[in-house]
Amino acid sequence: MIRANTSIALQAPLLATMIVFMLLPMGVAVIYSLLTNGAFGGAQLPFTTAAYRQLLFLEDFDGSLLFSTAYLQIAFRSVWLASATVLACIAIGLPLAWYIVCASPAKRGWMLLLVTLPFWINTLIRTYCWVLILRDEGLLNFGLQNVGLTARYIQFLYNDFAILLGMVYTFLPFMVLPIYSVLERVSGSVIEASHDLYADRLTTFRRIVWPLSKPGVVAGSLLVFAPALGTFLAPDLLGGGKRLMIGSLIQLQFTSSRNWPFGAALAVVVSIAVLLVLFLMVRKNFDKVLGR
Amino acid sequence: MSAKPFNWREPRGLGLFSVGVFLFLYLPLLVIVIFSFNTGRQVTIWEGTSLKWYASVFANRDIGVALRNSLVVAVAAMVLSTLLALAAALGLRRSANARTDKVTLGLILLPLVVPEIVVAVATLVFFSGIGLKLGLGNLTIAHTVFCIPFAFLPIQARLSSLGNDIEDAGRDLYSDEWQVFRRVTLPLLMPAILSGAMLAFAASLDDFLISMLLADAGQTTLPVYIYGMLRVGVTPDVNAVSTLLLVSSVLIVLLALSIQYSFRKK
Repeated sequence: MIRANTSIALQAPLLATMIVFMLLPMGVAVIYSLLTNGAFGGAQLPFTTAAYRQLLFLEDFDGSLLFSTAYLQIAFRSVWLASATVLACIAIGLPLAWYIVCASPAKRGWMLLLVTLPFWINTLIRTYCWVLILRDEGLLNFGLQNVGLTARYIQFLYNDFAILLGMVYTFLPFMVLPIYSVLERVSGSVIEASHDLYADRLTTFRRIVWPLSKPGVVAGSLLVFAPALGTFLAPDLLGGGKRLMIGSLIQLQFTSSRNWPFGAALAVVVSIAVLLVLFLMVRKNFDKVLGR
Repeated sequence: MSAKPFNWREPRGLGLFSVGVFLFLYLPLLVIVIFSFNTGRQVTIWEGTSLKWYASVFANRDIGVALRNSLVVAVAAMVLSTLLALAAALGLRRSANARTDKVTLGLILLPLVVPEIVVAVATLVFFSGIGLKLGLGNLTIAHTVFCIPFAFLPIQARLSSLGNDIEDAGRDLYSDEWQVFRRVTLPLLMPAILSGAMLAFAASLDDFLISMLLADAGQTTLPVYIYGMLRVGVTPDVNAVSTLLLVSSVLIVLLALSIQYSFRKK
């Protein structure tokens, strides 16, 4: 009994911190999303669903509502870009993870370090380096012109591809590590058995490695999709701030647009979307994700 | 005689592919580092080596203030999150209730799954709603919350690999719980605590979005300041200050990982 009490007492400070400063604020954000926009930022009573209506409708001067797809388009772009990021990360991360698993233990450690390290470098810096490369007077244009491939500069920045590139660059480690940790546990004898039964490399990959890697792919997809959906820096720096994603739209509501309830409503919508994906993936693959 | 025996551990073509991916990960960062030593004002045309942009960074008082803010917040968040994580990890180990353990773990890992912008917005409206104005304290609280998983995971991993035998041996020798913790558990945990703390520090230093939305005037952290510089225009100082931040993050994490690695081998 004494053990149980100390156990709770030791966990209590952290639990209290997480509840007061993580869960409670998310609840407060829900309340804010239901308030009226304040004149100088902030929010005030009475309660209203105006912020959520604003997602789908434009309010006309006479108060009538016009259906508008402007924000839906931004939401759609965000989901599209986040999904494309997940797919690209799988396409790059899965073969890389497999290669690392196949390597000798010493080499494995080094390669894992190389995959992990970028995660710890500031995302702002990691996005900014692509500005240096892709902008009009950047390295890529400089190189292309010096080689003589192009006469004038090409605009590489400020399009969806640049945003996608920045997102894949940012989130790739989240995909490689879970896949690696799943594949690492795969016994070599399974692979050898497949080859002994005359499967070539591709068949072995398709029929053995890919199915076994699925729990890692699911976990990785989740870890990439969640932050990618709300990403701010890639659309802001590489998309020029004009090709908005939900993340940059939310940020705008708390800075220049000063519409806190709308910003909070958008944040609520993003959270619900992420939780939904989390729920669907985890429910389908719960045991697999836990490695059972 | 000619062909090597078949070995599935040598995936053909993937070696080149992997080298390509690593180049993709590191070459762009190298661009910043290299051009931070460039003489010219042009950011991406090489004109010769110089340290003048570093000199201009060190002469910039605003950068000094921003750096000081970043360090104050990072150190405070590191200490707080590590203490909370250590206590919780020790508590979880004594727990007999698997269901509440799952809730605790879920709460600890929550900041890793919720998009950063959501955490930022929720914290902002919460602080403004209750009228909390602690200066850098607000930032420190927010950073502590998202640093907790990074401090927790290494400690938890080390604890679960320790087993109960050594602590039980201490108890058999008539140590009380505090002595067991002080003389047995803590020394064994120390490497994990250190590396968890350093990872938390690096995570705090890495944050941009939450700091940007929460920081009032005078509380600008270094990444937020760099973002401000970028808004004005791409100048060589940005490369220099980015390089400094990049190198310090890498050094801290390498140190943290080498501590972890050294005790794992024992």
